[in-house]
Amino acid sequence: MPDLLLELFCEEIPARMQRKAAEDLKALVTNALVERGCVYEGAKAFATPRRLALHVAGLPAKQPDLREEKKGPRVGSPEGAVQGFLKSAGLSDISQATIQSDPKKGEFYVAVVEKPGRPVPEVLAEIVPEIVRNFPWPKSMRWGAASAKPGSLRWVRPLQSILCTFGPETETPDVVRFDVDGIVASDVTRGHRFMAPDLILVRRFDDYVTALERAKVVLDADRRKDMILADAKTLAFARGLELVEDEGLLEEVAGLVEWPVVLTGSFDESFLEIPAEVVRATIRANQKCFVLRDPATGKLSNRFILVANIEASDGGAQIVAGNERVVRARLSDARHFWELDRKPLPGFEHVPGTLLDQRLAKLRKLDIVFHEKLGTQGARIDRITALAKELAPLVGADPAKAARAAELAKADLVTEMVGEFPEVQGLMGRRYAEQQGEDASVAAAIEDHYKPQGPSDRVPTDPVSVAVALADKLDTLVGFWAIDEKPTGSKDPFALRRAALGVVRLVLENGLRLPLKPSFAAANPADVGADLLAFFHDRLKVYLRDQGARHDLIDAVLASGGTQDDLLMIVRRVEALGRFLDAEDGKNLLAGAKRAANILAIEEKKDGAGAFDGAPEASAFVEAEEKALAAALVSARGDADAAVAREDFEAAMGALAKLRPVVDAFFDKVTVNADDKTLRANRLRLLSSLREATRAVADFSKIQG
Amino acid sequence: MSDALAPQRSFQGLILTLHRFWAEQGCVMLQPYDMEVGAGTFHPATTLRSLGPKPWKAAYVQPSRRPKDGRYGENPNRLQHYYQYQVILKPSPPDLQELYLKSLRAIGIDQALHDVRFVEDDWESPTLGAWGLGWECWCDGMEVSQFTYFQQVAGIECSPVAGELTYGLERLAMYVQGVENVYDLNFNGLEGAEKVTYGDVFLQAEQEYSRHNFEHANVQTLFDHFKDAEAECRSLLQKGDAGEKHLMVLPAYDQCIKASHMFNLLDARGVISVTERQSYILRVRELAKACGEAWLRTEAGGA
Repeated sequence: MPDLLLELFCEEIPARMQRKAAEDLKALVTNALVERGCVYEGAKAFATPRRLALHVAGLPAKQPDLREEKKGPRVGSPEGAVQGFLKSAGLSDISQATIQSDPKKGEFYVAVVEKPGRPVPEVLAEIVPEIVRNFPWPKSMRWGAASAKPGSLRWVRPLQSILCTFGPETETPDVVRFDVDGIVASDVTRGHRFMAPDLILVRRFDDYVTALERAKVVLDADRRKDMILADAKTLAFARGLELVEDEGLLEEVAGLVEWPVVLTGSFDESFLEIPAEVVRATIRANQKCFVLRDPATGKLSNRFILVANIEASDGGAQIVAGNERVVRARLSDARHFWELDRKPLPGFEHVPGTLLDQRLAKLRKLDIVFHEKLGTQGARIDRITALAKELAPLVGADPAKAARAAELAKADLVTEMVGEFPEVQGLMGRRYAEQQGEDASVAAAIEDHYKPQGPSDRVPTDPVSVAVALADKLDTLVGFWAIDEKPTGSKDPFALRRAALGVVRLVLENGLRLPLKPSFAAANPADVGADLLAFFHDRLKVYLRDQGARHDLIDAVLASGGTQDDLLMIVRRVEALGRFLDAEDGKNLLAGAKRAANILAIEEKKDGAGAFDGAPEASAFVEAEEKALAAALVSARGDADAAVAREDFEAAMGALAKLRPVVDAFFDKVTVNADDKTLRANRLRLLSSLREATRAVADFSKIQG
Repeated sequence: MSDALAPQRSFQGLILTLHRFWAEQGCVMLQPYDMEVGAGTFHPATTLRSLGPKPWKAAYVQPSRRPKDGRYGENPNRLQHYYQYQVILKPSPPDLQELYLKSLRAIGIDQALHDVRFVEDDWESPTLGAWGLGWECWCDGMEVSQFTYFQQVAGIECSPVAGELTYGLERLAMYVQGVENVYDLNFNGLEGAEKVTYGDVFLQAEQEYSRHNFEHANVQTLFDHFKDAEAECRSLLQKGDAGEKHLMVLPAYDQCIKASHMFNLLDARGVISVTERQSYILRVRELAKACGEAWLRTEAGGA
């Protein structure tokens, strides 16, 4: 079976786009092949800074023949209709069509169109240029003389050559003949930009990978990552140090080199007086280097790992020296900022309070707009401060400390350090606050109020941090809801889903009782309660589903009559319901309750919704089983309601579980749809009461199985 | 070339080497534009010449002023006045990357020894209404140049696309001379009493202009100059409008450059709030766009 090898060779592709581009290339080519009847055995795509490559194995040499039946008009249709049919089917005379008959439609013409399959290279020559022209790069560009004309080829950076071969393993594959805007497909590529720039003749995937390897190109990004990680760990170990692993950086660095060469550099130890996070951020963001730490103390070392793209003739000495120069300059800047931020702020020396208060005064004075409809950062700080103070008692925090932390939470945004390294916001505020003698909880809250930033981020537990973190997120959510800037589809520019998930995690993981609607109202007078609450329920579902909870149980609890405003109670109920349904009594009661609900649903269709609401008449009962059920319902309902009222959901379920034998007996013995109309209505009312009783904990009809 | 003019020995030697290299590629060697600009891109030889169908190859040094970057001569890496080496090639030649690498070799950056990398960096100038895709070029982890394929300038699609190279001359010189402080750069390549450093030439200027930019520039005068330049630009564009053709784009564009510099000075004085900032940028962009559109109606613009 023949294989396809395709390589699109271009100027340096941004690292962050490479992996997705390789996957897109694979999907686009293989889908287009399959659409044309060419199934394949396997496909794999690769990316380096300068190339996307695709290997598709086990393709047919030729497309399968296609036989298509085209239905035409009825026999005896007007001439126009017949002519139109002949034209669309590609026939010259109606005698070439066959006649079929159908009991409904009568006799009609059918044209059988046979399409012989084309050789796959021909098919490829048709699909590849289209794919290249319409490739889904996040950003693409035009270049060169061709860009003088409209509609010229776009690519992520100038596309330089295309390699495309097709053929079986046993023979020399052929070049697939096509061109894209003058770039003619061939069987040549190039190796490493500096170490092996000459042309390489390629036949198929196997010799392609080997030839590239010889030409100092590692095609597979994951292999480059493995090589970097292994070498970095070895180099660290050799110096008695440990690599601070960083998957995001590793992925990026692997996209910046075709031939990774891992080296170590160092900087003056005196720079270690700068907060470690800043050192790391500097070295990571500007230099794309890894930092190392002492495995015994966990402290940052003054060595770093850099990844070069060449095997330098001096063993990398100059490369290391160059990188060290830049790191030194950057760290000098960072130290300068660190010192500046701990001095009085020119123009604000007379602001009462600490140095951070001076920064806060500057932030207010700058009138930095948070959002045009939501006012300035200053106004936002005031709102968050007020809200944090109000929420503090609910989360067990000292209101004064919560207010102080909220007030200072954004002050570091105008420090020199955060201006230069935005990723250390919060953290720097904490460091400066600690140095200026703020309360430890206040300082911690300045850093932690941004948390959690996502499903895996740490959730703060100190009550002051929790109060400010909640206030920050609720202010954002309610504010954007009030101006109708809600997330839609994949668009969530203000990260409101993340903010709501943050609130969910803060509440649940700290076991907090936070009534949501009153909290919304405290954050903003606009009436956004119901809609925002529904949004929270959605986020809660996503969160619980990720935790492995059954989504139908969540729906069942949310649809029940209980409070929807208290996330913790919703979760407790879901948990209790899950345990209840795992037990035998629960399963059987569920079956009975569902059976009751189904019968009711059918009968309500006939008699109208609500036809069987209200309590059944005790005097109308005939059978012992229905009397027993009615009596059991009254006591179970009372017990369940009482248990729910004291938030003991286990007990509420337990009370309901007691219904199981009487429900089973009822369905065994009693005919609900009795001929006697009064009897039937009364029995249906009894079932309706059963449904009501179970709704005290959950809407059983939403539960699957 | 004498030793003193080797690119590793002197700042001027570096410039001369680049001049020779790009002259050999057929560029016209221009002199700096005689106005205060924030970057080499503002020179009409780039902004305006990158518009329209006519081929164009030019190279020049452009003194660039970024009032906010002044550090009173105290920071070894930051200057409010520095030099950019600017190359503009329209249409972008197919071997532009290779040409760039050759130019680095010409100034002594041996690519068997140094790690040169093209790292994604999409360029945008909101004031010029311009953007392009390209890279920052790294040498051993240091950004030494900016490499851009212009896609749009003055809000107008570039057709054909021009390639722009911008070398940060001081940084590059520091690297090839092995110097840690910009003021220690050897300017003329001589030693002993004859040696002139970058500090000898520019340190006093950095100190004086930092005082001016941050403390003493008259804010009201700057606001007035901005308004005047804006009005003059519009007026010249109107007066030069001769129906199909335009007869006065370059003088109008000078006023656009001036307005941009006034804005930069006001920004350094800290008197422009965040919200106002955006509107000032927009006002300059509107001027740049109007100039760009008028340019297409001139001889050099391809009309």
